[in-house]
Amino acid sequence: MDHAPEATAGHHGSYLAEKTLRSWALTLDHKRIGVLYICTTLFFFLVGGVVALLLRLKLLTPGPALFSDHTYNVLFTIHGAIMIFLFVIPAIPSSLGNFFIPLMIGARDVVFPRLNLFSYWCFVAGIVVILGSLVSPMDTGWTFYTPYSEQTSAAVTVLSGGLFLVGLSSILTGLNFIVTIHTMRAPGMTWYRMPLFIWAMYATSVIQVLATPVIGITFILLAAERVLGIGFFDPAKGGDPLLFQHFFWFYSHPVVYVMILPAMGIISEVVPVFSRKPIFGYRAIAYSALAIAFIGFLVWGHHMFVSGMGTLAGIVFSFLTFFVAVPTGVKIFNWIATLYRGSISLDSPMLYALTFIFLFIIGGLTGLFLGSLATDVHVHDTYFLVAHFHYTMMGGTVMGLFAGLHYWFPKVTGRMLNEKLAKYAWGLILVGFNLTFFPMFILGMQGMPRRYAEYPAKYQGLNIVATVGSWVLALGVFLMFLNFIRSLRRGGLAPDNPWRGLTLEWSTSSPPPEENFAEIPTVSEWPYNYGEKPERRTEGKRER
Amino acid sequence: MSADAGNKHAGAPVSARLGIWAFLATELLLFGGLFTAYTVFRISYPDLFHLQHLKLNRILGASNTVILLTSSLSMALAIAAIRQGQRKLMEIGVATTLFCGACFLGIKYLEWSEDFARGLFPRSNLFFGLYFVMTGLHGLHVILGMAVMVWLLIKGRQGVFSGDYNTPVEITGLYWHFVDIIWIYLFPLFYLVG
Repeated sequence: MDHAPEATAGHHGSYLAEKTLRSWALTLDHKRIGVLYICTTLFFFLVGGVVALLLRLKLLTPGPALFSDHTYNVLFTIHGAIMIFLFVIPAIPSSLGNFFIPLMIGARDVVFPRLNLFSYWCFVAGIVVILGSLVSPMDTGWTFYTPYSEQTSAAVTVLSGGLFLVGLSSILTGLNFIVTIHTMRAPGMTWYRMPLFIWAMYATSVIQVLATPVIGITFILLAAERVLGIGFFDPAKGGDPLLFQHFFWFYSHPVVYVMILPAMGIISEVVPVFSRKPIFGYRAIAYSALAIAFIGFLVWGHHMFVSGMGTLAGIVFSFLTFFVAVPTGVKIFNWIATLYRGSISLDSPMLYALTFIFLFIIGGLTGLFLGSLATDVHVHDTYFLVAHFHYTMMGGTVMGLFAGLHYWFPKVTGRMLNEKLAKYAWGLILVGFNLTFFPMFILGMQGMPRRYAEYPAKYQGLNIVATVGSWVLALGVFLMFLNFIRSLRRGGLAPDNPWRGLTLEWSTSSPPPEENFAEIPTVSEWPYNYGEKPERRTEGKRER
Repeated sequence: MSADAGNKHAGAPVSARLGIWAFLATELLLFGGLFTAYTVFRISYPDLFHLQHLKLNRILGASNTVILLTSSLSMALAIAAIRQGQRKLMEIGVATTLFCGACFLGIKYLEWSEDFARGLFPRSNLFFGLYFVMTGLHGLHVILGMAVMVWLLIKGRQGVFSGDYNTPVEITGLYWHFVDIIWIYLFPLFYLVG
C-alpha cells in the first residue's frame, strides 16, 4: 500500500477491504483503530455486565446466598474497575472519537497515526496486566482506598501497573486528538464551524491529558508503598490516607467528564439531525463543554464530605459542585430548544438521544442532592449514590454511546441496522434500566448502604424489583448486540447518508475509503443548516 | 497507508511542538502529585525534614545541579547548530549532553549507595520516602532522555537531520530542559531545607 492518497481520485476501496489479522493488528488507520477499540470496550461492557447480573442475583435475597462475602467484594470491585477503566472511559473517546474526529474535521487521519496504534496496544497491555492481577483478585472496591489497599493480600501492585498502562494509553489518545483538532482541520473549517462532537472531544482530551497523570502517580505511589514500605498514605507511618483520597478524586472526578462529555457531543449531533432544525445555541453548547472541563477540575472534594476534610473546604467544594450544574443545564436547555417545533423522527439513534436527556436530567439533579453538604451526610455511601451514578453513567454515557452506535453503524460497517429490532431493544433497555436503578434511589433514602453483601429483610421488596429489572435490561442489551451482529451480514447496504446529516463524515462513502475522502473537502458554513429554510448563517450565533 | 503515514502530514513541526508541550503538561502533573505530597508532609513535619535533610550530601547534589545545567546548555547549542545545518556541531552537542546525563546518573548512584550503606532506605521515614521516589522518578526520566539521545546520534550519523528537518532534536531538547527544571526544584527542596 504505497500509493499517495491524493493521487487516486477514481475508485476507492473501503477501509475494511483488507482482511488479514496483520492488517488489523498493525494498522495505522484511525478507523480501524477505532473499530478495535469499539470491539475491545464493548467486550468488557459485556463482561462487566455479566458480573453485575451476578451481583444483582445475589441481592435477590437479604441473607447469604450463591457466593461468599469475600467473593461478593471481589465481584463488585471487578464490576466497578472493568466498567470504569476498560469500558466507560475509553468507550466513546477512543472508539467513536478515533473513528469520527478525522472524518468530521475533513482529515485523512489523526496527526500521529503511529502514536495512535501505540495507544491501542498500550491499552491492551494494560488489560493483560489487569487480568494477571486476577490471580489474587482485588477486594477493595474500584476506589482502592488506603490503608486497606496497602494491607490486603490482593494483587494491588500488579493492578496498579496495569491501570498505569491504561492511563498512559488514555493520555496519548487525548494528546493525539488535541493536536489533531488544532492542526488537521479541513480548509475553511474554523473553530466555530466544527461539529459539536469535536468541541466535546476537545474538552475531553484536555481532561485526559491533565488529569490522568495524577492517577498515574497515585498508582505509582500505591505500588511503592507496598513494595518499598513507604508510608505516604499509612497513618501508622505518619502518612495521610486523606492524601490518597485527594489524589484519587483529583483524577476520578474530572474523569466522569471524560465519560460524559463525548456522550453529550453525540447528543448534540443526533438531536438536530433528527429534528431537522439547526442546533440551538451552538456557541453556548461549545463553551459549556469547556466550562464543564474546567470547573470539573475544582470539585473533587465533594467525594470527601464525610472523610474529615474540614467544614470550609466542604462548603467551597459544595458551591463549586452546584456551579458545574450550570453549563450542564445550558446544554440540556439547548437540546430541548432544538427539539422545539422541530420535525422530529423517532429513529433508534434519536430514541437513545431522548433517553439520554431524560435519564441524565434525573442523574444530574440527584447529583445536586449529593453535592449539598447536609443531604450528602444522610445519603453518602448508600444506594442513592449508586442510583445517581448509574443514571449519569449508564443513563447518560452509555445511552449516548448507544445513540452514537446506532447513528454511525451504517457509516462504520456499510450496513443498516434492523430498525424494528433496534426499537424493541431500546424499549427493553429503557424499562429495564429504570426498573433496576430507580428503586435504588428509594433504598438509599431509606438508608440501605452500598457495597454490603447482605441487607436487612425490610429492603427486600425493592431489591427484587431491581434484580428483575436487571434481567429486562440484560435482555434489551442482548437484543441490541444480536442486532449489531446480525446486521453486519444481513443488514441492508447503507447509503452514504442515511440520516441526511450535514457533518463531513456523511459526505464520504459508507464505509469510508481508506483515505477518508477522495478529495479533502473545503468548508464554507457550519454543519447545522437543517430544515426547510436553511438559515443564511455561516457559523454559530454571530458573524465574526 | 503505513508507508506514507509519515509523509502525508507535511508541516510536522507545529503539530510536533504542540504535541510535546501537551506531553510536558502531562509530565508536570505527574510530578505535581509528588510535589503536593512533599508540601503536605513538609508542613506536617518541619523538624523531621530539617533533621533528615542534613544526612544528604550537598556537595554531590550541587555538582549534579551544575552538571545538568551544563547539559541543558549543550542541548540548546545542539539545536541551534542543526538549525543552521551544522550536523557535526549538533552531534558534539548531543554527545556532550549524553555524557552529562551519564555523569549525573553516576553521581546519583554514588549518593544512593552511600545512603543505603548508612541504612537510609525509602521506608526509613517520610522524608527519605519522598527523596527516593522523586529522585528515582526523575532519574528514570533522565535515562529515557538519554535513550532518545542515543537514537538521535544514530540518526544524526545517517544524516537524517538538517537545517530543514530537525524536529526530533528540537522536541528532545524541550523534554530535556523539562527534566532539568524538575531537578532545579528537587535540589533545594531536598538538599537545602532551611
